[in-house]
Amino acid sequence: MDNCFTPWVECATRETMERMQTERLADTVRRCYENVPFYRERLDEAGIKPEDIRSLSDLERLPFTYKQDLRDTYPYGLFAVPKDQLVRIQASSGTTGKMTVVGYTQSDIDDWAEDAARAIVAAGGSKSDYIHVSYGYGLFTGGLGLHYGAEKLGATAIPVSSGNTKRQIDIIRDFGSDILCCTPSYAMYIGETMQEMGIDPQSIRLRAGIFGAEPWSGGMRVEIERLLGIKAHDIYGLSEIMGPGVSFDCSEQNGLHVNEDKYIPEIIDPDTGEVLPYGQQGELVFTTITKQALPLLRYRTRDIASLTRDTCSCGRTLIKMSKPCGRTDDMLIIRGINVFPSQIESVLLDLKMVTPNYLLVVDRVDNLDTLEVQVEMTGEMFSDTVRDIERIEKKIRAALLSALGLAAVVKLVEPKSIARSEGKAKRIQDNRKL
Amino acid sequence: MSIKQISVFVENKTGRMTEITEVIGAAGVDIRALSIADTSDFGILRLIVNKPDVAVAALKGAGLTVSLTDVIAVGVDDKPGEFAKAMRTMSEADMSIEYMYAFIGRSDDRAFVILRVEVPERAAEVLAAAGFEILSGEQIYNM
Repeated sequence: MDNCFTPWVECATRETMERMQTERLADTVRRCYENVPFYRERLDEAGIKPEDIRSLSDLERLPFTYKQDLRDTYPYGLFAVPKDQLVRIQASSGTTGKMTVVGYTQSDIDDWAEDAARAIVAAGGSKSDYIHVSYGYGLFTGGLGLHYGAEKLGATAIPVSSGNTKRQIDIIRDFGSDILCCTPSYAMYIGETMQEMGIDPQSIRLRAGIFGAEPWSGGMRVEIERLLGIKAHDIYGLSEIMGPGVSFDCSEQNGLHVNEDKYIPEIIDPDTGEVLPYGQQGELVFTTITKQALPLLRYRTRDIASLTRDTCSCGRTLIKMSKPCGRTDDMLIIRGINVFPSQIESVLLDLKMVTPNYLLVVDRVDNLDTLEVQVEMTGEMFSDTVRDIERIEKKIRAALLSALGLAAVVKLVEPKSIARSEGKAKRIQDNRKL
Repeated sequence: MSIKQISVFVENKTGRMTEITEVIGAAGVDIRALSIADTSDFGILRLIVNKPDVAVAALKGAGLTVSLTDVIAVGVDDKPGEFAKAMRTMSEADMSIEYMYAFIGRSDDRAFVILRVEVPERAAEVLAAAGFEILSGEQIYNM
């Protein structure tokens, strides 16, 4: 049984939880209807009045909210509270166009801090720990999210932010960081750099990590745990819903517990909108039920995952979601086959012969899609004969063909030639023009 | 009797060879022999240098992928037919050659051939028994 930050919620009975959720859902729909013109319009269109929401099964009747809706009402069109009640604004840049702007009341900030504190405790953290926050601080929710969680817990936050990797390592070693919080690709980079600096992972205090903001495979987890000598935990969130901490990994490291006292998750078929049963993979949708500044109803995250209510050995009864395996828009369609970069990552890591530094270059030659997987050569892999190196390329090609049904060209490139990231790693270079 | 040969992974990009040879030059290392195995995507540059450990450190420091391989160096009289004799010796002893390359010494009537074989000690024995000189590391590095 794990320690929990708020055991009365995290280990609540279904009955208690559902009662709480129903009350909060009804309240949220009413607040949206009364304070957000956009939602009033949508609900009127759908013929739904706030008093119609009496049970959790009524959730399905509500219309979806899309990222585009946030863009269309940029910057503050969906806010449900007057400016004076806002204590913070955050934003995410997204890959296309305008920033997505979100806001928080004091109560929202406290809720968010509680989410992050739960995540830190689930990763084995306590108030005696130094929490090393290498997520970027600023408009991005990563840094401040984990920072406030650390302070809420009563632990000691070290607000390093991202960048200057040698300095990160100096801090880890000299300040005695216990838990590292950053993106998984940056954790890999820190691990590699530590190796180059000749620092033995067993010689530092660091014992756990809380990694998120981008999808990462189980194989990547094993790599990070080995490189840094830690237990690596997942954290999930998006600024539209709150920030990091919407869901979090526990000691079982087998799915993330959703803070369903605040966010009700659903899985839908991205094409039909139909709600899918537990165990089935589809698009993750969240309805916020405690947020005041920016309540969102059935927000489509574009992340692909599944939900389960299986018993968890950690003792928590919070519903679990699988590690998101990609986004509906990260997905590549190559020669009619759906491919997620995370699938390729799994194949590469399972082979145990390559680093997880790869780049997928997609192109179109003579009207046919081509996929080139660039993988960095490592010192361990390097053989003196062409034949051995070609054998590695062949093996990777065969593994990709078998796992994805896709014939890719494999190109081994020099170490460090694939750009490293301090934030989210860019894995795809799609050269195909419309 | 083994010689240390350096192998460097070379991506097929302009400037790679320049970078590698400049690193070696800057480290004060002299190249005795070289060969490059190439495919369409990459090459493996093989070098015999006078200070292999210094060269490896310098190349690794420059972020290059490097390995050391044991090879043997055979001295062959610079006369027609001599090399064929060495090849026959190897095939009669049922030993295959992974790859090889040759270079001419400055003040000698001999040519030198670097051979990568599966069992260097055995190849050295067989060739020495047939009258060929197997050179030591010191002899090659100090040429």
